[in-house]
Amino acid sequence: MATPTLDKAEKSGKGAPEPGFADSPYIKVTFRIRRFNPEVSEDAQWQDFELEIDPKERVLDALHKIKWDQDGTLTFRRSCAHGICGSDAMRINGKNRLACKTLIKDINPHKPITVEAIKGLTVLKDLIVDMDPFFQAYRDVMPFLITKGNEPTRERLQSAEDRERFDDTTKCILCAACTSSCPVFWNDGQYFGPAAIVNAHRFIFDSRDEGGEQRLEILNDKDGVWRCRTTFNCTDACPRGIEVTKAIQEVKRALITRRY
Amino acid sequence: MSAETSSAGVGPVEGVSLYDVDNPAPVIEPPRKRTSKTPRTTRTNFELYGWLFMRLSGIVLVVLVLGHLLIQLVLDGGVSKIGFAFVAGRWASPFWQAWDLIMLWLAMLHGANGLRTVINDYAEKPKTRFWLKNLLYTATVFTVLLGTLVIFTFDPNIR
Repeated sequence: MATPTLDKAEKSGKGAPEPGFADSPYIKVTFRIRRFNPEVSEDAQWQDFELEIDPKERVLDALHKIKWDQDGTLTFRRSCAHGICGSDAMRINGKNRLACKTLIKDINPHKPITVEAIKGLTVLKDLIVDMDPFFQAYRDVMPFLITKGNEPTRERLQSAEDRERFDDTTKCILCAACTSSCPVFWNDGQYFGPAAIVNAHRFIFDSRDEGGEQRLEILNDKDGVWRCRTTFNCTDACPRGIEVTKAIQEVKRALITRRY
Repeated sequence: MSAETSSAGVGPVEGVSLYDVDNPAPVIEPPRKRTSKTPRTTRTNFELYGWLFMRLSGIVLVVLVLGHLLIQLVLDGGVSKIGFAFVAGRWASPFWQAWDLIMLWLAMLHGANGLRTVINDYAEKPKTRFWLKNLLYTATVFTVLLGTLVIFTFDPNIR
């Protein structure tokens, strides 16, 4: 395209003393990354990486730059890199976020930006954690359509209002940002965690589903919804903006109202 | 030679790691992690009732405790009026007996249930859990029974 070339020509034509630097969008950012490699040491340690980067880039781009240009041993998960697959949830400046949805300019690039693995799950290497307990809790709430009787010959229809009832919880991408921000989950991994409850909520309030009672029974257990302390960490952490704590409270209310 | 062997047994030699590809360091597992062997639902409503009890008793306790504090510490001369005679006078009335009895039971059960959830949250080992809860339940039962006994058997002519 011609326009950007023209822009550049105009800017450099102004005669800046240090062409390519003074009006460069690049700034120097320090990334403080918590490294752990069981093949080298049993201790995790913080390592600083300095790089020049456009603050309008994302943290994931910075991690890529570090991995590709500085240290190829840096290990992290990412698949789609556009906030849909939920692979790159990590703790950035002490808050659980998706690295691919966090712009560097939004998290104060003038101080070192800390990046570490999400909490409450076994760190396997650098930013990679063992997600098995998380997905086990997800499996345990039976996140699939349960129906009785014969299969219909056409699709199961639903009114717009009925669909709206659980719309918020359909947005979950299973990135574990909520569950790994939950203090109850940190201390006791037996708790189902917000993500599993959100995905149970998605089916409990689906008018087409008939397994709601079973799921409520599962979440009525001692490790179920009653362990939620409504600290709202999960709602703050959710990169999809799901009102997680509200969903958990709705499951609690459903448990009480369906019994009385 | 023998010195080298013993130092390797004690810890890492400076600059040399104990761990390599075939012998990785242990990772830190989360406490009580969920596996496919985690027990399934127990099918009781205990936690539901516990949760409801906390909400309902909390509401009642706000009235009872604030009223109690107001009467005991603020109104009518404040804390200086409290003595054996004051307590004896109050407990002559079944209303205040009932007030104190309900407050004792609700506050103790409310607090005990709260501490139970704290223990559930923070105790990692099953044995620690078991003993902490045992201690909690013993203390709760003792306090509730002792308090109830005092309220019902209080003798104003004890002197």
